[in-house]
Amino acid sequence: MSAVPTPRRKQRRVASAASRYTEKAIEALIYLCGLSAIAFIVAIFVFIGREGLGFLVTHLVEMLTSTDWSPTQDPPVFGIVALLAGTFWCVGLSLVFSVPVGLGAAVFLSEFAPPRLREGLKVIVELLAAIPSVVWGFVGVMIINPGLQAMGARIGLNGLNGAILLALMTLPLLVSLGEDALRAVPETYRQAAIAMGATRWEMVWRVLLPAARRGLLVAVLLGVGRCVGETMAVLMATGHSINIPKGPFDPVRTITATIAAELGETVRGDAHYQALFALGVLLFLITMAVNFVADFALRGRRTR
Amino acid sequence: MTPTPAPGGPVHASSATELSLWYGKFRALDKVSFAINAGEIVSLIGPSGCGKSTLIRCMNRMNDSPTTRTEGRLTVANYDVQSPNTDVLALRRDVGMVFQRPNPLPLSIRENVLFGLKLHARSTPRADQERLMTEAFETVGMWDDVKDKLNDDAESLSLDLRQKLCIARLLPLKPKVLLMDEPCSALDPDGIAAVEELMAELRGHYTQIVVTHNMQQARRVSDRCMFMLMGELVEFTDTDDLFLAPQDERTARYIEGRYG
Repeated sequence: MSAVPTPRRKQRRVASAASRYTEKAIEALIYLCGLSAIAFIVAIFVFIGREGLGFLVTHLVEMLTSTDWSPTQDPPVFGIVALLAGTFWCVGLSLVFSVPVGLGAAVFLSEFAPPRLREGLKVIVELLAAIPSVVWGFVGVMIINPGLQAMGARIGLNGLNGAILLALMTLPLLVSLGEDALRAVPETYRQAAIAMGATRWEMVWRVLLPAARRGLLVAVLLGVGRCVGETMAVLMATGHSINIPKGPFDPVRTITATIAAELGETVRGDAHYQALFALGVLLFLITMAVNFVADFALRGRRTR
Repeated sequence: MTPTPAPGGPVHASSATELSLWYGKFRALDKVSFAINAGEIVSLIGPSGCGKSTLIRCMNRMNDSPTTRTEGRLTVANYDVQSPNTDVLALRRDVGMVFQRPNPLPLSIRENVLFGLKLHARSTPRADQERLMTEAFETVGMWDDVKDKLNDDAESLSLDLRQKLCIARLLPLKPKVLLMDEPCSALDPDGIAAVEELMAELRGHYTQIVVTHNMQQARRVSDRCMFMLMGELVEFTDTDDLFLAPQDERTARYIEGRYG
């Protein structure tokens, strides 16, 4: 009961002071890691912005009004309407396939699949996400290409081919985010509907999907963001022809494919080079906007 | 599929003969037998894990699962509940359930009450739907609270109004039996009073079977009371008798507060 601390106690206090320093150091390190993510984003934007933003501002009207992309002609023409159309055509067409299939699979996994089947299927879906983009390109050229020709397409490398690849590539994202959203719906909703005599399917259709709609929207938007930025597969599979598509079998070219294919041919600092960077800025803005919308939708759900 | 009610209406709203239920190897109900009259309020009391929730969830087949197994016979609203030929969806239409935590569907207030019709009577004319909805809200005494905001999100209501909504949404289907699994345990004293008052008003129109942890509540609301212990139905008699003159030693010790 003495007030004098025993030596042993003193020792322990010293040790805890030392561990507090390591604690601080680790905290600082983690803090730096967090900051570096922001720093990289800013750095990337500054880099492509420095090369392309000026061009984007001065040529914006020309870019957005002309369908003629002839950067090597004299004088060059930098119309990107056809490229934008190609990009959105592929993305939109891919959603037609990926949204029903992806969300359907998410519903199946979260509500209907027995637990063991669910685990197995999730592993396979995640494997799908691990396939490199260029391998999907092979699939497009070697399998979908002849398939579409057999279906009557003049050229098998076209918008539809790219859209199918994009759908396959975004499927894992849609399935796993969609399943998360559905499983986040409280069990009490399911019980309420079942106890009123709803079938499983009525419960899914009338209760679960409305309850999870924000989360599902986020899944779709992140899928769109992924599609817009996808390069290699669409470069290989869409036919690389600058063209406003009139049907699914028309070859197209996307913004990403244009940058990837042409950057090597440009002279550093010339108009063509700057135009490609301007395309990069535009792409960056589009994906950022999509991600912001997704984030917004998600936040709306959290505060509800 | 739907059984036609016996002529003259059911004598018993629900009855059981030697009903046993196993979750896997665990016996949750042990040869329970009883007969509940139409229109009365029956409360189920007993310590946690005594099987009272299991029994009430049996009555509209909410604990169907590959691992549950039952023996004996259970009849609710003229349905042979355990029979594989029973139309479970129709059973759940006629035997409504209210849960512990108010669980309105993530839809509007109006859609919550019309949900049952959407499932079971989709061809109901619009005017009839509106009338049934209004009646349901009036019966539970919340029409004035919601009539100006029927399209609002049901989750925007206060907790006790949400619970009343959960009762109201059962009514358009004209259920015979209302099962209530601790309907007041998430509510504050005012909410509890409101829901108990509502139960008293529904007496006679619906058979109400109420699981409660609160012995005072059982005394206040119920005509007859069941005391359960370890899956066994120990005593089932008039509520006043059960509390004032319990016949079984175990009942006496429970209501004295010796355990539970």
